[in-house]
Amino acid sequence: MIDAYKIFDNMDQNNILLSFKGDITSDLLTSILQIMENKMDHMHEEPKTKRKVYNVLVECLQNLYHHMDDAANCQGDMHRSAIFIISKNDGAYNIITGNYILNENIYGLKSRLDEVNELSKDQLKDYYKSVLNNGEMSLKGGGGLGMIDIARKTGEKLDYNFLEIDNKVSFFTLIIKVTQPQLI
Amino acid sequence: MEKYTIEGTPKTPTISFDIQAGVLEIKGRSIPENSIEFYKPLVDALDKYSAASKPATTVNIQLEYFNTSSSKCILDVFKKLEAIHKNGSAVTINWHYEEDDEDMLEAGEDYQAIINVPFKMVQVSE
Repeated sequence: MIDAYKIFDNMDQNNILLSFKGDITSDLLTSILQIMENKMDHMHEEPKTKRKVYNVLVECLQNLYHHMDDAANCQGDMHRSAIFIISKNDGAYNIITGNYILNENIYGLKSRLDEVNELSKDQLKDYYKSVLNNGEMSLKGGGGLGMIDIARKTGEKLDYNFLEIDNKVSFFTLIIKVTQPQLI
Repeated sequence: MEKYTIEGTPKTPTISFDIQAGVLEIKGRSIPENSIEFYKPLVDALDKYSAASKPATTVNIQLEYFNTSSSKCILDVFKKLEAIHKNGSAVTINWHYEEDDEDMLEAGEDYQAIINVPFKMVQVSE
């Protein structure tokens, strides 16, 4: 039996504002973004905070949307599912996404994340401009701009984890922290 | 085709392109999953316009949010405008940002650094 209270209690303890597990569709993202905007309005967040969270949320969720098919195409529909969790702890928003990834794609993704994490604020700005201007636009999305943009807007390192499920796929978790911008 | 208009949606901006007046406006949110598809008609309209552009072209960009997928398409639009500018129509891009939205101001400055067209950063109050 599913213990609903256990799930409820866990969400409560971790201050989870919203979580979802399943197929990520365009309509779902439209609804989620609307819900989060309303929630932040109710919580009387500063416009600056709202904008940051919204921007980062769009990039995180669209990353999931664009990469949902990668593992599913090779491994079947059971992998066509992802999770995301949005929580607020000690004034900071945490956006956590999790999805399957083919083991062969881990190296490439990990190198890109590590590369972004090593750059300073100014280096991120230059890197963003260079990818924007020279990078090939992928059919799916921004052609690698998403992670750079998230790192630039949050000013935080991208925290991630790869959990090996079997010899074909792993579960990729990305944890993004959005702190309240300093009010001057 | 004198005027080209697209109504905004929660994920896409309102676009109005008055070809007779040489005024292009993009306003609202630009966060579609597939930006190439959304911006293609505008890029095509600019291609047509470039063959018979007005002596001056004014571009007003007033975006509340845009995703990285749109940022590439917006650059494509600006590159078309850069070509139009080079071919003799005086193009000005007015980049609007809300007064405390530093990220949006910075985004405008990023484009300004890449595109060889006069930019004006216009602050709007919330």
